[in-house]
Amino acid sequence: MSPVTLGHFRAQARQALADPFLQQALAGATAHFREGRERALAELPDAEALRDHLKAIRRATLARLADHLETFERRAQDAGAVVHWALTPEEATRIVVQIAREHRVQMVVKSKSMTSEEIHLNAALQAAGIQPVETDLGEWIIQLAGESPSHIIAPAVHKTRQQVAELLSRATGQDLSPDDIPALAAAARRFLREKFLLAGMGISGANLAVAETGSIVLVTNEGNGRLVTSAPPVHVAILGIEKIVPTWADAAVWLALLARSATGQPLSVYTSILTGPARPEDVDGPKHMHIILLDNRRSTYVGTSYEEVLQCIRCGACLNVCPVYRKVGGHPYGSPYTGPIGAVISPLLFGLDQYPALPHASTLCTACVDVCPARIDLPRMLIDLRTETVEEQLIPRVDGWAERGAAWVLRHPRWYRWASRMMRWLLRPFIREGRLHLPPRWDPFAGRRLPAPAPRLFRDLWERGDV
Amino acid sequence: MATAARRIAFFATCLVDQFLPEVGVAAVRLLRQAGFQPDFPPEQTCCGQPFLNSGFRKQAIHLARRTIAIFEPYDYIVLPSGSCTAMLRVHYPHLLRGDDGWHERAQALARRTFEFTEFLVHVAEWQPVPTRSLPPVTYHDSCHMARMLHLREEPRVLLKAAGVTINEMPESDRCCGFGGIFSVRVPEVSNAITADKLREAVETRASILVTADPGCLLQMRGMLDHTPIHVEHVAVILARAVGLLDKENEG
Repeated sequence: MSPVTLGHFRAQARQALADPFLQQALAGATAHFREGRERALAELPDAEALRDHLKAIRRATLARLADHLETFERRAQDAGAVVHWALTPEEATRIVVQIAREHRVQMVVKSKSMTSEEIHLNAALQAAGIQPVETDLGEWIIQLAGESPSHIIAPAVHKTRQQVAELLSRATGQDLSPDDIPALAAAARRFLREKFLLAGMGISGANLAVAETGSIVLVTNEGNGRLVTSAPPVHVAILGIEKIVPTWADAAVWLALLARSATGQPLSVYTSILTGPARPEDVDGPKHMHIILLDNRRSTYVGTSYEEVLQCIRCGACLNVCPVYRKVGGHPYGSPYTGPIGAVISPLLFGLDQYPALPHASTLCTACVDVCPARIDLPRMLIDLRTETVEEQLIPRVDGWAERGAAWVLRHPRWYRWASRMMRWLLRPFIREGRLHLPPRWDPFAGRRLPAPAPRLFRDLWERGDV
Repeated sequence: MATAARRIAFFATCLVDQFLPEVGVAAVRLLRQAGFQPDFPPEQTCCGQPFLNSGFRKQAIHLARRTIAIFEPYDYIVLPSGSCTAMLRVHYPHLLRGDDGWHERAQALARRTFEFTEFLVHVAEWQPVPTRSLPPVTYHDSCHMARMLHLREEPRVLLKAAGVTINEMPESDRCCGFGGIFSVRVPEVSNAITADKLREAVETRASILVTADPGCLLQMRGMLDHTPIHVEHVAVILARAVGLLDKENEG
């Protein structure tokens, strides 16, 4: 993949801004989630205290991450699961493919998993001749369209009902009307139900993992997660190593805030707790359960100024309040992780050289901090990442000259006065009715007509005694 | 010591100095009416926030140090800008952490630094006495002022005391789209966010969109084409209401 530069981000953003349907869908969906979150938090006796509690749990867990992970591994093994450690995305996909091969799997069903998007698991499975089928309706739609998710919670928020009907008609071989939503849902259910029964393996993520019992917890609204993890004979769960809590008491705090922050639900429709494969007395469930714990650079940020980002519980609340995300959606970010959280973790997990634009694609308005259930200070980390892009010369050289030159002038009041006069002289030809009209070729403001510099500086008025 | 005997410095900020001198005039006259005699230390330029936010930390540190040196002789430092106030108060001590001696000086300066409406309400305990009536306004909460300094009521209290009706808009604290360097790095998105903000302001039927941040003000004025609303700084509106600015000649 080519790096997500400012040019890339801007080109994609322009497309998004020019798409009236997308604008309407984004405004509607993010408003729906925002209002839902506010209502759901207001129902709690003390949501602010609960957020503080979650923050304390997340911080304390990261401080002893290795211990909790080892406890989880032992307890999961005791329950009969096989635990794998993957340092890199490549290692994780290799482990999945190997498990599939051992069980002669030709088709896998998947429930929604950001971690599987992070490691590009579908591409790796296809390259190994194994067919992956997404079973979350939104994820399936974007899989059929060959796209990537545009929202952590609502991956297909950018698709119209007409586009969905077309994609589903092609996949099912039926002629489906965009106006008959129940028929669309029924067609999807019929199609996917068959896949659940035929699949040799189910792959899921995990919203969190509980160390004291070696369990993983999966929250879904469609119930597909339960079929993925119980119908096929093999279940593979992939999760980042930071998704761990020590105890069930801690998990309760996490769950109380997750769906409320994400969609405004007190709990998701399904909350599945999975501890090991099916026991002999169980009537169904997978014979084999594998859990893959993915690092992908996460451990390298423990003990650094970026550690706080590992407290994220992936609710997506920051997306819904972000003024930038709300206008451009997820695709300009060029990463499965979008919005403010994506702007921080994409460079951290995949390399700043791959995502040099993302730290800059924010107004630093801090609305994300206000809604984050773990109160993560994303703007602070965005500034730190911007500083790294400067230090590593990942911004245009001319920007560096301009910034350093401006800073030097601002440190020397006499030159500041001289530069003020110079600026007025240079801009004079472009000023009409008190505003700046730069020719489109030189216009860094894309058509915004900024007010012209005042004829006299405030300091001149002060010196003349006009104040 | 009587408050009037205390030394107070007016930090105009670079945007007011260059683009909005009438905001400085309004703010200084209001401070005088509140019983203070502000100084304007002439070496002042920029607080350094644009450099911190664009990743030029070293440049920001240089500007922070000189700003501290210029303003630390004063008992109060007052700024007509929420985000520059946040820079001095919230960012300076972090920026100069571990910087021998400077950290303590940054902390001491932070304690004495006030946003303009905050100073009038909490330090001067001043209330405007309106001499003329103004049309209804809507108030835009700038991001850093609202969320980093938690100053939401102060400008509203003053506007209401000045007899100004406030027609609140939905999400008054949603970003205006400026974001400093963001407005140049991703200008299309910046403009689109501003257009939404202006549309919501117009829908309140207010005739003036008021803010306490020069950055937001310039950004929103820049997108005003065909929009039936004016954008003004809270200091200008207050000064007009109490008769300290002649509307026709000064802003």
